[in-house]
Amino acid sequence: MAKKIEISNLRVRYGQKEALKGVSFDVHKNEILGVVGPAQSGKTTLLKVINRTIEFIPGARVEGTVTIDGDNIQSIKNVNELRRKIGMVFPLPVGLPLSIYDNVAFAPRAAGLRDKSKLDELVERCLIQSALWDEVKDRLDSLGTKLSGGQQQRLTIARALSHQPEILCLDEFSIAVDPVTTMRIEDVLKELRSEVTIILVTNLVQQARRLCNRTAFILNGDLIEIDSNEVMFSDNPAQKMTYDYVHGNFG
Amino acid sequence: MINRSRLESVTERIIEGIIRFCGFSAILFVFGIFFFVFREGSGFLFSGLDIGQFLTSPEWFPTSVSNKRYGVLALLAGTASVTALSMAIAVPFGLGAAIFVSEFCGPKLKETFKIVIELLAAIPSVVWGFIGLTVMNGVIIDLFDAPIGLTVLNGGIILALMSVPIIVSIGEDALKAVPDSYREAAEALGATRWQVIYRVLLPAGKNGLLAAVLLGIGRAVGETMAVLMATGHSVQFPSNILDSVRTLTATIAAELGEAPVGSDHYQVLFIIGILLFTITFIVNLASDLVVKGIRNK
Repeated sequence: MAKKIEISNLRVRYGQKEALKGVSFDVHKNEILGVVGPAQSGKTTLLKVINRTIEFIPGARVEGTVTIDGDNIQSIKNVNELRRKIGMVFPLPVGLPLSIYDNVAFAPRAAGLRDKSKLDELVERCLIQSALWDEVKDRLDSLGTKLSGGQQQRLTIARALSHQPEILCLDEFSIAVDPVTTMRIEDVLKELRSEVTIILVTNLVQQARRLCNRTAFILNGDLIEIDSNEVMFSDNPAQKMTYDYVHGNFG
Repeated sequence: MINRSRLESVTERIIEGIIRFCGFSAILFVFGIFFFVFREGSGFLFSGLDIGQFLTSPEWFPTSVSNKRYGVLALLAGTASVTALSMAIAVPFGLGAAIFVSEFCGPKLKETFKIVIELLAAIPSVVWGFIGLTVMNGVIIDLFDAPIGLTVLNGGIILALMSVPIIVSIGEDALKAVPDSYREAAEALGATRWQVIYRVLLPAGKNGLLAAVLLGIGRAVGETMAVLMATGHSVQFPSNILDSVRTLTATIAAELGEAPVGSDHYQVLFIIGILLFTITFIVNLASDLVVKGIRNK
């Protein structure tokens, strides 16, 4: 398995509080890696380190290294270049206060694409990929913020795909989405696996079980265990804590 | 227990009444002011004043014995020119400062800035006028080799300095009200800082930013003492920004004390008041329509 992302000894502190206490693991190319763990265990922090939006949080200090395709992300000069490699989907859908079309075209335009026909094509493809096209194709000019929660979340996925990322990070995407839409998005993710590497942070252990190739279990900033789903969700993972968590004995 | 709940329902009703009165009093005062200004000016407005001449003549000779003229066009031009110039300066500066304070400042610097800006807003207008009359006057004479420094330029700069704090503090509030999740989402998409501001923050905050600009305009149109002192107070149609002018507000302030109560001159000054009322009303109405148009899109 080729390594897409290598994380080694990653430590993050917010002032006195330590959010990640030295975690190391790899993310393989074209896999869906699940990251599970209770609230406040450092899952979102992990994603913020990867696309370096952690730099906007005052007082956050990062130690250790993260490499993507072998390049240390800290040494990448153009941070926007890095962020365009990574699609990010947040817990609550954030439709930007723009039209549906402009929402999806935002990142390509920011990267300098002006050609109208190419933009049209890209917007359509991303909306089809995120299973939203049929519902919005007749009203691409209306405000993205007026869509329902589930539709907005698929819009943000379309937006995250719009700059053709190599890595897609989803942070508890199903928190504000109904079960039917959740299943549709999960199907979308399964299809995307052949093109992108996906990191799926989730509170739903069953979602990780359904969807992921491997799952990492993080607790209070420590990586407890990472392994293939066959092992993680079996009766005898390496750590007893993993067994207890995935079987709902705590957390 | 029954008594207590009865007491509660009575106090509840009293408090509701007081709050209701506070709300309606705002409307009452506006109509009250309009009514009294209108009553003072109405006699001459409906009989005697040539409205066409009033609005289109640049000749303002209210105290002339042989050739009385009540034309406010030059005064209107004075107000318009000073306001336009001040807004041309204050809007870019104010919005730029609002963006800086809201998006680029560290928390400590931000506090300092806000305190200084609020201080700037608290300076009385007569002090601004004094600065225009003494400091700016000399500067403009030296800089432009002009015969007099009390000009449209002087008044425009002074008014801009007075409007900037309002535009900054309200504009900053408008930008602060834009949810952080918008910024995060745009940044995660690889947008640069400027792209985040231009493509996301400005569209998201445009109602509030428009309100900030309009309040700035309102201040500039209505300001009296500072422009009276800084613009030279001479009735003429300005041909460039180094001409002296007189504004509508300054005319009322300067002449009302000398005009005999009830005379034509006295009544015309109140009609100018009605005109000012109408201008602010139109500005507010226009902004309401613009904001509604934006919202419905």
